[in-house]
Amino acid sequence: MLEKAIYGGRRYWVWIFFLLGLISVGFLAYLYQFKNGLGVTGMSRDVSWGLYIGQFTFLVGVAASGVMVVLPYYLHDYKKFGRLTILGEFLAIAAVIMCMLFIFVDLGQPLRVLNVILHPTTNSVMFYDMLVLSGYLFLNLLIGWTVLGAERKEVAPPKWVKPLIILSIAWAPSIHTVTAFLYAGIPGRHFWLTAILAARFLASAFAGGPALLIILALIVRKYTKFDPGKEAIQSLGKIVTYCMLINVFFLGLELFTAFYSQIPGHMHSFVYLYAGLHGHNQLVPIMWVSSILAVIAIGLLVFPQIRKNESLLAVACLATFFSLWIDKGFGLVIGGFVPNPFEKITEYWPTLPEALITLAVWAIGFLVLTILYKIAVSIKEEVVFDKYGEKQIKAE
Amino acid sequence: MYNAGKIIIGIIIFVALVTFPFIFAGGKATAKPDPKINTPEILKMPENDRKCVESKAFMKKEHMQLLNDWRDRVVRDGNTIYTNAEGKTFNMSLQNTCMKCHSNKKKFCDECHNYAAVKPYCWDCHIAPKEKES
Amino acid sequence: MSINRREFLKMAGISTILGIGGVSAVQGVRNSVEASQVSKNPEALTAKRWAMVVDMSKFKSEEDYRKCINACHLSHNVPHITDNPKHEVKWMWTETYEHAFPGNEDQYRAERFQEMPFLMLCNHCENPPCVRVCPTQATFKRKSDGIVMMDMHRCIGCRFCMAGCPYGARSFNFKNPRPYIDESKENLEFPTRMKGVVEKCTLCYERLAKGLQPACVEASKGALIFGDLEDPNSAVRKVLSERFTIRRKPELGTGPSVYYII
Repeated sequence: MLEKAIYGGRRYWVWIFFLLGLISVGFLAYLYQFKNGLGVTGMSRDVSWGLYIGQFTFLVGVAASGVMVVLPYYLHDYKKFGRLTILGEFLAIAAVIMCMLFIFVDLGQPLRVLNVILHPTTNSVMFYDMLVLSGYLFLNLLIGWTVLGAERKEVAPPKWVKPLIILSIAWAPSIHTVTAFLYAGIPGRHFWLTAILAARFLASAFAGGPALLIILALIVRKYTKFDPGKEAIQSLGKIVTYCMLINVFFLGLELFTAFYSQIPGHMHSFVYLYAGLHGHNQLVPIMWVSSILAVIAIGLLVFPQIRKNESLLAVACLATFFSLWIDKGFGLVIGGFVPNPFEKITEYWPTLPEALITLAVWAIGFLVLTILYKIAVSIKEEVVFDKYGEKQIKAE
Repeated sequence: MYNAGKIIIGIIIFVALVTFPFIFAGGKATAKPDPKINTPEILKMPENDRKCVESKAFMKKEHMQLLNDWRDRVVRDGNTIYTNAEGKTFNMSLQNTCMKCHSNKKKFCDECHNYAAVKPYCWDCHIAPKEKES
Repeated sequence: MSINRREFLKMAGISTILGIGGVSAVQGVRNSVEASQVSKNPEALTAKRWAMVVDMSKFKSEEDYRKCINACHLSHNVPHITDNPKHEVKWMWTETYEHAFPGNEDQYRAERFQEMPFLMLCNHCENPPCVRVCPTQATFKRKSDGIVMMDMHRCIGCRFCMAGCPYGARSFNFKNPRPYIDESKENLEFPTRMKGVVEKCTLCYERLAKGLQPACVEASKGALIFGDLEDPNSAVRKVLSERFTIRRKPELGTGPSVYYII
């Protein structure tokens, strides 16, 4: 089936080479970082995790969100998601690969990464994170490939796939809960030390991931003969709406506890992020951009008439995605480090090499996504549906 | 065979590319490593008692594993004394035991490591003995 | 015999995995150093749980602090990073009261207490969160004496420990530290670190192994009291029974082993 990815029109190849270009530039930036150390990034003794770990956290959410499509289809027989499941699974694969790459580029001694496997440490959440992410990647690859292969041969998938699918449905929330546990059990960092962090992670994952999936589905419909389905996209839109509302509600709960209790340790990080603390306010503009985007997103999503308009839905999904990308992919991590354990402030902003490496990892993810989607769409175009929902008649 | 001309030219180019590193480096690359143990500290020892922590054959084969084990024992277990096969005791330390006698890293350690194209990262942290550039 | 491509690939794959697995299993078990060959230095200082008491009344001038900090940093080749404060590496330093004990703010506290530079170092906690989070056990609590150690060879530089430490005791080598170490003052008996690993105070384990007190304790001339917290006759227990002491962030349950007499 891989051969389907090497046949494509001009647009396809331009996109592939554009991604390869980004990857090459980022790779050179990574060699620079490998040689000179992580000092080339904006991280510091106080803010010891930055953009890389933030992006990792955000992308685990996107990976977990595949379950939002798989669960209704396989557990509740919601047939309308039938054309979306493979897109969701392949998005999960691309996202998990990006997660692993972000961890790799963040390590000070990346060549020693196998130490995590050679010296398993059952009390470390990071050990479990490595296990669940690898397991999830393997599951999605196996399931996606098998189901797609069966579809191509126009037979039902083998029976052993079903229990693996049920396993992946249970596994998906676990990968994001484990990632939340990286933060939620750290004493002394009150911005993260909250039971609701895992719930916030899941809510934002199930809003942001499906939002991206909607945009990808619309792109697939526009540029290929495969239509994931108008009703499927609308159902996903409802999921994004509810999860975004829950996510914003959870943020409100956090703000209440922090500001009604008036405990300095709980308030300080929020004040730093949204208003600035002791004159340090570098992150304030982008945090407010995130909030405004969230308001716009919810404003568009909540009204069915607007949601049914696919162009406005796309705008709402983009707003959702970027709002959460800033909040989770940046604000969350930096907020935990500012102020530092001494109540002093060191600010953080990514440097150019850091940004280029981040861009390259995203490009690798999109490359994987493009190749996998090309395969899936080519098969579905041939075998399954066309733009009009009718079975494609093969040319002689 | 079909396209015989192109194939034979291709094979010649391939063989040239593959053997180029060896031809270019010449004798330098294939010269047998000759680690020198004539450091002042070793020369001070009586000639019949110039023994390393373990026998030469053992050290040649196992010094990497020995150093790894020493590290784990010192750093992780807190034990510092090593008793060798003959009952002699040593302090388990690369910098303070091994390099005290073998104070010529360039003419000793590097000889075999360069030959085998091995770059152990010991010296990124462990301070190599200062050598006189003679 | 004829074999199709699929069968061949399956056999090749399984043989490779078995081969690699078999070889590594055998090699992993092989250990060239027997446990019987290794022993502790009889002169080593031992304890069940090392602790330190910082007697702030004995630190009168800046020279008093500098002595301890320099003794520590010089004997361990700690780099002096001057060009970027974000990349600072420090094992021991000072903070004023409001920063050393945040959450204990009081604007009406006497100025001399507000300005007192408290010596900061790793607290070698009894229940260290950094050890809990390390995915490779590169940082670990020594069973023999409770020191929270660093294994620089195993550290992958993930910096989870830095996020986990509530006391900001850990530093990361953002770049190669060698250019920032004064060669004329280098301690040739102790290694440096390389870029990409985390470091912190390790309670002079290498000095304790030779029967010496930690460098800072020796340099402090009595201002730092060092001893075994679980030995009722030790110097630290004596001081703790006579004077009132505070520790940093005790409410977090980490059980810090560094006490301060104000």
